[in-house]
Amino acid sequence: MTEFTMPSLGADMDEGVLQEWLVGPGDRVHKGDVVAVVETDKAAIEVECFESGTVARLLVRPGTRVPVGAPLAVIEGEGASGARAGARGEPTTTGAEAVSPMVAASVKRPRSQNPPMRAKADRERAARDERPKPRRKAAGEPKSVPEIRSEPRKEPAHTAAGPIPPQPGVSAETDSALGTGPLVRHLALQRGVDLMTLHGTGRGGRITRADVEHAQPGPVPRVRATPYARRLAHDLDVDLTELRGTGDGGAVRAADVHAAVCTRAVRHQPGRPTAHQRDDERTQVAVAGDTRPEQRTDTMRRAIADLMSRSKREIPHYYLSTTIDLAGAVDWLRRLNRGRPPTDRLVPAALLLKAAAVAAREVPALNGFWQNGGFVPGAAINLGVAVSLRQGGLLAPVIDRADALSPEALMARLKDLVQRARRGRLRGSELSGATLTVTNLGDQGVESVFGVIHPPQVAMVGFGAVVERPWATGGMLGVRPVVTATLAADHRATDGAVGARYLTAVDQLLQKPEEL
Amino acid sequence: MTATHTRTSTPTAPSDRKTTYREAMREALREALGTDERVFLMGEDVGRYGGCFGVSLGLLEEFGPERIRDAPLSESAFVGAGIGAALAGMRPIVEIMTVNFSLLALDQILNNAATLLHMSGGQLPVPIVIRMTTGAGRQLAAQHSHSLEGWYAHIPGLRVLAPATLTDARYMLAPALADPDPVLIFEHGSLYNASGELPADAGPVDIDHAAVRRAGTDVSLITYGGSLPKALAAADDLAGGGISAEVVDLRTLRPLDDATIGGSVARTHRAVVVDEGWRTGSLAAEISARLTEQHFYDLDAPVERVCSAEVPIPYARRLEEAALPQVHGIVAAARRTVGDPVPASGADETKRQPVNREGGPR
Repeated sequence: MTEFTMPSLGADMDEGVLQEWLVGPGDRVHKGDVVAVVETDKAAIEVECFESGTVARLLVRPGTRVPVGAPLAVIEGEGASGARAGARGEPTTTGAEAVSPMVAASVKRPRSQNPPMRAKADRERAARDERPKPRRKAAGEPKSVPEIRSEPRKEPAHTAAGPIPPQPGVSAETDSALGTGPLVRHLALQRGVDLMTLHGTGRGGRITRADVEHAQPGPVPRVRATPYARRLAHDLDVDLTELRGTGDGGAVRAADVHAAVCTRAVRHQPGRPTAHQRDDERTQVAVAGDTRPEQRTDTMRRAIADLMSRSKREIPHYYLSTTIDLAGAVDWLRRLNRGRPPTDRLVPAALLLKAAAVAAREVPALNGFWQNGGFVPGAAINLGVAVSLRQGGLLAPVIDRADALSPEALMARLKDLVQRARRGRLRGSELSGATLTVTNLGDQGVESVFGVIHPPQVAMVGFGAVVERPWATGGMLGVRPVVTATLAADHRATDGAVGARYLTAVDQLLQKPEEL
Repeated sequence: MTATHTRTSTPTAPSDRKTTYREAMREALREALGTDERVFLMGEDVGRYGGCFGVSLGLLEEFGPERIRDAPLSESAFVGAGIGAALAGMRPIVEIMTVNFSLLALDQILNNAATLLHMSGGQLPVPIVIRMTTGAGRQLAAQHSHSLEGWYAHIPGLRVLAPATLTDARYMLAPALADPDPVLIFEHGSLYNASGELPADAGPVDIDHAAVRRAGTDVSLITYGGSLPKALAAADDLAGGGISAEVVDLRTLRPLDDATIGGSVARTHRAVVVDEGWRTGSLAAEISARLTEQHFYDLDAPVERVCSAEVPIPYARRLEEAALPQVHGIVAAARRTVGDPVPASGADETKRQPVNREGGPR
């Protein structure tokens, strides 16, 4: 049995409104199924289930605002009963069912999953979902007992981080082999401690009860603030932790909160570089599921405001720009598109995205996060793509492993994401996990865009419009299509030379479009 | 003790005119004696001497010894007699020379006046008015200078008034006499000579509510009685520095008007309580506690208190001044609340007083 909790759908999300349930008690769900729609400050997002099993109870009524990490439903895991059964009578069959996680997710689940596979799936997902604060507990599927013992490879502690009640047939000794015992997990759940963030001090790196007890449930520094300032900050939606207090002993006072609000208002005049507009934005499409566009816009504006303020405050940006000759790429596209119906044609944006992703493979220092005072490289190249919304504001849905997709696949994925982003129907997993974000203002006709980095990422790539310019090459002057590629990067993580290497790589990749 | 032997003119009808706090009190007494046969004044030296602060000067001649009664030096006896008279249907006004001496009558006030209505199941109201002086500032030394009104404000069953303005001095007595419960009126000794214009349209004073004497937006100076002029002077000073101070005159120390006090702090978000009583267990402590209880989320700074030093009030002028709340101390406290501290000048009063220090010389 596990709790399905409110996921964190972005670094800036603290809570969400459960909009609707797409499942009910008794429904069977599989990992990856969309089970609920959650409305965040930015959009209504379809939330996937990370467990397979049967929905036992829904804990939250639609319309309720729920903090991240709060339980929404109880899911009776198939694994739970399976493990029990396995422990009792049929330990060997479980091992035989070595199904790949993909298959396991799509077909009816076996009673118990092969633990090494399971662990691998978890690791993969953990890597893909890498975020500053992985609040979501890793899958809490109980492992079937004998396999664990026969499998000497050490499992990461977090694979056992789910709240699992003690089970009959699972001896304490076996339990400790899992990394953590149920007591420890229960304690961690109670205290809101994420076991993934702990280093075990017990035997074999096991997380002990003391480890959990000494852990801080997330770095929540106590802000010294007057009660009135606190109230104001809450009312005006100001984050106290981001303010510098001018009161006694650095206490935040009402005046500081007011000042922050004023600064925010000034900073978010229209026309900020990251606020995109796109052509098809003007087409009138019914906005499904968005019943309160006005309010949504406001809260989204605030969410963007907070995130961008944080970015500009915390991240020392440096900016690079280069103009790239696209003659070859445009020619290649023209030839490619010649025989295709308009709907299947590739646009330069797909090539630019692909190049941005592949270049990140060559310069990995720009692909990842700045966390806890250090750079953490992204496990894959998951490209965030800034999409502006019709009612204002923007989202950055993620194209996973963009560097591995063909330009055609990339294009299809992009179209799909943009459409659903504007309908307010993105899934949670599609909004998180970007390791590098690209913003493309080319459609708007501007030549260059210098982005604001989306924390905790360390870079933002910008593309302007593809325009014809007089261009000298090989001692000859000609009219050629060019694009200005820019890079805004976190100077804490990299220096200009690294950024320059990246832009150069983008340039070179675009010179050989057929290889992309 | 000072006594005023100079006869002052006693106008008979209220009009917009210059008067003093002392004359206003006398006028109130004269009005009370003139309009209600049951009213009489009793106390030490109130008759032939004219009251040791000159308040009742001339009333003996006007109303006769039956109604202006000199009492022997026994506070317990004459306050007790007053309570008896009130029980018997009279409307006695008893004057006690200073609050220090009132402690000799505390048994009568607390155990009889304040409790009889309750203990008789509502059958025995005690409609007595007890007037007394309080406060320091006139070099009368410890036994004549303390501010113990906060102690009386502690007692349920009493109404405690502290007129600080001419209008309150003139018009508080009538509603006090009309109140079926015992009412204590504390007159700050330094106010008697205060003079000013008494508005012609000034009427009966509302003894249930505090008064905002000056509107402001940045900090509430909450005070009463003899500290009101100091708070107003501090507000002037603060205005010069760009700080808008609201001055709240409590006027009634029991029951406290939470709505007015809290309403002011809800506007200004900062409070300085000025109280000539000692800090520990003071009225200022009570107000501060209430603000925390009721207006915690309106507070943008810790509540400041400007109180008397926790010493017996000294005789020597400089020491007495140093022991009492003063304008510069109020200004400094107010500035601290708005986060605009005065540069350290070396003056001890500008520093925050230690909160938990027990009484006694430092």
